Amino acid sequence: MSGHSADEIRGEIRRYWIIGLALFLLTIITVTVSYLDVTPGMAVVIALLIACLKAGLVAGVFMHLISEKQAVYALLLLTAIFFGALMILPIGTRASQIPL
Amino acid sequence: MQIPYTVEARPDTGLYNAKLGIWLFLASEVMLFGALFSSYVLLRTGDPGFMTMSHEVAEAMHLEGHAHSWSDVLSVPLAFVNTLVLIFSSVTIVMSWASLRLKEFGKFKLWMGLTILCAFGFMGIKAIEYSAKFSHHLYPETSNFLGIYFTLTGLHGLHVVGGLIVLVYLWGPGSKMWKSESQRFINRVETVGLYWHFVDLVWIFLFPTLYLL
Repeated sequence: MSGHSADEIRGEIRRYWIIGLALFLLTIITVTVSYLDVTPGMAVVIALLIACLKAGLVAGVFMHLISEKQAVYALLLLTAIFFGALMILPIGTRASQIPL
Repeated sequence: MQIPYTVEARPDTGLYNAKLGIWLFLASEVMLFGALFSSYVLLRTGDPGFMTMSHEVAEAMHLEGHAHSWSDVLSVPLAFVNTLVLIFSSVTIVMSWASLRLKEFGKFKLWMGLTILCAFGFMGIKAIEYSAKFSHHLYPETSNFLGIYFTLTGLHGLHVVGGLIVLVYLWGPGSKMWKSESQRFINRVETVGLYWHFVDLVWIFLFPTLYLL
């Protein structure tokens, strides 16, 4: 990343501010939506979708994952698999309690 | 002894060693916070009374109405401000890194200084939040929800403090490296930046799941 020209870096800086502004707006939307009269299930889906979008912007642009090396992607793929397993645990526990 | 690959990339990974190291560390952090999130989801979906506040506590908190959720005791405005503070700090830290790449050391000092102020601000607001809970005798042992709330936000707060120590070092005495090994110093700032963005990322999920849902 550090081998970029000054113009390229200034272009990146503009992108950082745009993403920062987008994150501010998405945070305001998250809070606004939480006060709307929606079902609890829908509230969870909306809040998590916005959180995932914000996380994607932070990871993709601020942590430069949109242009990283293969080693980082391989490492994160492994992490994502184990993280997914952790998140499936509560669902699996609930499913096992449902009488067949 | 010469430490290898502090500046140039290793041929096999394409990364300087500190960058691979911080990503490995962050992967372990994902599992740490993931396990706690998983526990929270399990408790919240498995126990129908998990979020229900006892009548005595609701009265002590002067809350009107009949049924109250434990999330009612959390301050959404304070957490909202803290979210904005942390997002702004993510912008300022990436600006400090960009300033160094543009060889503008003065601007690096400014942006890194602002990041440090944001970190202090975040912890200050968190201290106000915690003291409000304690003044109402709300502790981790009060309920399972508060137990997981203090665990998740406390662990996150510890990460902010840990990052803050490194930020202050890089802003102060650690910045001397800029004169002797500028590219290595840029890499250090990038590495701590990755950590700081991760701390922001965790909060992005903590805020809605604990305060809003």
